[in-house]
Amino acid sequence: MQRTIKRIIFFGLLIIIWQAAVKILNVSPALMPAPTDVVKALTTGFEDKTLIYDILASFRRLAIGLLIAIIIGFCLGILLAKNKTADETLGTLILALQSVPSIVWLPIAIMWFGLNESSVIFIVILGATLVITINMRIGIKNVPPLYIRAAQTMGSGGIDLFAKVILPASVPYAVTGIRLGWAFAWRALMAGEILSTGPGLGYTLKYASDFGNMSMVIGIMIIIGVIGTIVDIIFFQRIEQNVIRRWGLETSK
Amino acid sequence: MGDDLFLQIKNINKQFINQKVTSDVLTNINLDIKEGEFVSILGPSGCGKSTLLSIVAGLTKPTSGEILLGGNPIKKPGKDRGMVFQEAALFPWMTVEENVMFPLRKEMRKSEAREVAHQYLQMVQLSNYTKHSPHELSGGMQQRVSIARALSMNPKVLLMDEPFGALDEQTRARLHYELEKIWIETKKTILFVTHSISESIKLSDRIIVMGTRPGVVLEDIEVKVPRPRGEHPQAVVELEEKINGLLKTEIDKVIKEELAYAANN
Repeated sequence: MQRTIKRIIFFGLLIIIWQAAVKILNVSPALMPAPTDVVKALTTGFEDKTLIYDILASFRRLAIGLLIAIIIGFCLGILLAKNKTADETLGTLILALQSVPSIVWLPIAIMWFGLNESSVIFIVILGATLVITINMRIGIKNVPPLYIRAAQTMGSGGIDLFAKVILPASVPYAVTGIRLGWAFAWRALMAGEILSTGPGLGYTLKYASDFGNMSMVIGIMIIIGVIGTIVDIIFFQRIEQNVIRRWGLETSK
Repeated sequence: MGDDLFLQIKNINKQFINQKVTSDVLTNINLDIKEGEFVSILGPSGCGKSTLLSIVAGLTKPTSGEILLGGNPIKKPGKDRGMVFQEAALFPWMTVEENVMFPLRKEMRKSEAREVAHQYLQMVQLSNYTKHSPHELSGGMQQRVSIARALSMNPKVLLMDEPFGALDEQTRARLHYELEKIWIETKKTILFVTHSISESIKLSDRIIVMGTRPGVVLEDIEVKVPRPRGEHPQAVVELEEKINGLLKTEIDKVIKEELAYAANN
């Protein structure tokens, strides 16, 4: 509880300092709006429901993209973990691609799919797939040999061994992969939307910026940050902690 | 089927090749184990006792030689040999009960498997923990689940690889007592690998004392001390001293080799 109080005080102070600085220095709202302006812009946005539609549209793309990325990532990760040749060839390519931010694919995606939703979803898939693949591969490679030996003495082997022991044993890594995949996907989605088309949070941010509406720009930045934090801390980290505890991977503190 | 032909270990040799250096782990191991016998394989670390057990389990292939169980050669792991490892090796994503049901799931209905699982969990006195997660149990309790899991598939032989090695003294003593009781109750043939002399004397009918590098059988000792062994301390101590004498030269050999190895590096 103490942590929550500290956080409330910290963010409260931050907002007060921000408001005071903008008012005292008399900064133009076109450069830096005050918190009150941001709140006003956000209230209008939520009242006419445009922001709600934007959030839903963004989440829809994210969900489609992340789901496809999870499916492809799991399959590729399993392939790399199980096939040495694939690991030595395709694995290297995936590591190389991982160092390329997925947004740089947008120009070519627009050529392929047009200036529409498909291009953005493509960027999201690309952003998340690689990190999910890499984690899935590690997860399967790190299954304790003892589990496999024990299962073999109990008559398990082949596909049964894979489905009933190796896959469940790699769940902690899969969860981490999905969490990182979400983080990459969220960033890729915002970049893609800013450079492409709407509706969506990124698109509305770009739109507001074109009209010099900095209150809305900062408002949307805050929404992006809040959603990202909530999903990460409240959703993924909680799942990850539970899995790690249950799978007995907790390191002694 | 003659009693003497239950589990036969015939001319087992095992070599490991590591960076082109061949090392003999086991040479010419021959053992005949009777049905229902409790046999300990005792030796210092590095004598290949765990490798031998792993070969009987079918998890490791011998370089030459063969193992027969009831006259049939062993080629791969199978449910006729239950294995208990030093670590409990329970699957953390399953409850205690589901772990014990794991080897049964293909051959019986779920309700039936659950009944069998409960029966063996009761035998190891864990009836109250069926729905728990393995990580909620102590090391000793986890190892008991592991024993129940191995027994639930009704194997012909129970293979135990230093099963109590990672436990504290009190827990170990308690599990010795429970294992002896289970053995009397189920009449299972048990092959028990350990480096503890007192543990082997406490539990077994026969002790196979192994020497190191390469692993060979030094002596095959029949333990004639009547059970419960705790009531005959004099006989136990005498046997302990005898085995100690046997192993002393072996342990000296290991220490000397290790010192030489350390000096060369």
